[in-house]
Amino acid sequence: MTASIAYGAVEVGTELPARSFPVTRATLVQYAGASGDFNPIHWNEKFAREVGLPDVIAHGMFTMAEAIRVVTDWVGDPGAVVEYGVRFTKPVVVPNDGTGALIEVSGKVAAKLDDNLVRVDLTAMSDGKKVLGMSRAVVRLA
Amino acid sequence: MALDQSFVGRTYPPTPAYEVGREKIREFAEAVGDTGAAYVDPEAAKALGHPDVIAPPTFVFSITFRAAGQVIQDPQLGLDYSRVVHGDQKFAYTRPVRAGDRLTVTSTIEAIKSMAGNDIVDIRGEVHDESGEHVVTAWTKLVARAAEEA
Repeated sequence: MTASIAYGAVEVGTELPARSFPVTRATLVQYAGASGDFNPIHWNEKFAREVGLPDVIAHGMFTMAEAIRVVTDWVGDPGAVVEYGVRFTKPVVVPNDGTGALIEVSGKVAAKLDDNLVRVDLTAMSDGKKVLGMSRAVVRLA
Repeated sequence: MALDQSFVGRTYPPTPAYEVGREKIREFAEAVGDTGAAYVDPEAAKALGHPDVIAPPTFVFSITFRAAGQVIQDPQLGLDYSRVVHGDQKFAYTRPVRAGDRLTVTSTIEAIKSMAGNDIVDIRGEVHDESGEHVVTAWTKLVARAAEEA
């Protein structure tokens, strides 16, 4: 485990570099295959509408995977993540329009803990809506 | 229909071992758009202190969710899976999952609640490696939405 950010170099309020992650229908098909989650709400528009969704939605776990990239990119070693949790508050709706959706993620240091650990609080938005709640990671810094 | 509270605390038998392969990690990393060196290059992973390539933090969900199928599909519990949505997800890692791991999952029902007609089930999956060492714990909250009025 070799984080590239020093514990002493961050403060409560330190912002992590924000990132935007595009997601299209093709992204969802690829994620379905890699993750083994073939729930049709993630690729079949007709099925999604039949169960009351506005359109195909992204896998919650895909959004969760994207959001933590803000942390792993910042810290350098993904193995430095010791805790990570989210609440799925709103779906990321992915229209079949060639553009898809955008997941916008920002994060900041919310607390400095013992043993070089810090808590990072993440915000993930799509189409102006907060798609993850209580999105927090605990990371071990150098 | 409210679920049977007597299932709280029930632990299911450990799953057969899931062997984590380098190429499966690469496939997952590509699918989330992040082919960082620690995920795909064993030498880079070693330089960070890992014995082999490691998996992205959420990779293990595929394994723990499959294990949670024991709970979800338990006919005695009677969860209506066609109405289930994923509420919360949390992981606590002792170490990252890595290529070569042979992982077993032991699932426990931590809580069952009923709110506004929704059935809410909290499942904890304890993931151990072949030597019995703890790797990660996954907590999954599933919500079976209330059936609509006929």
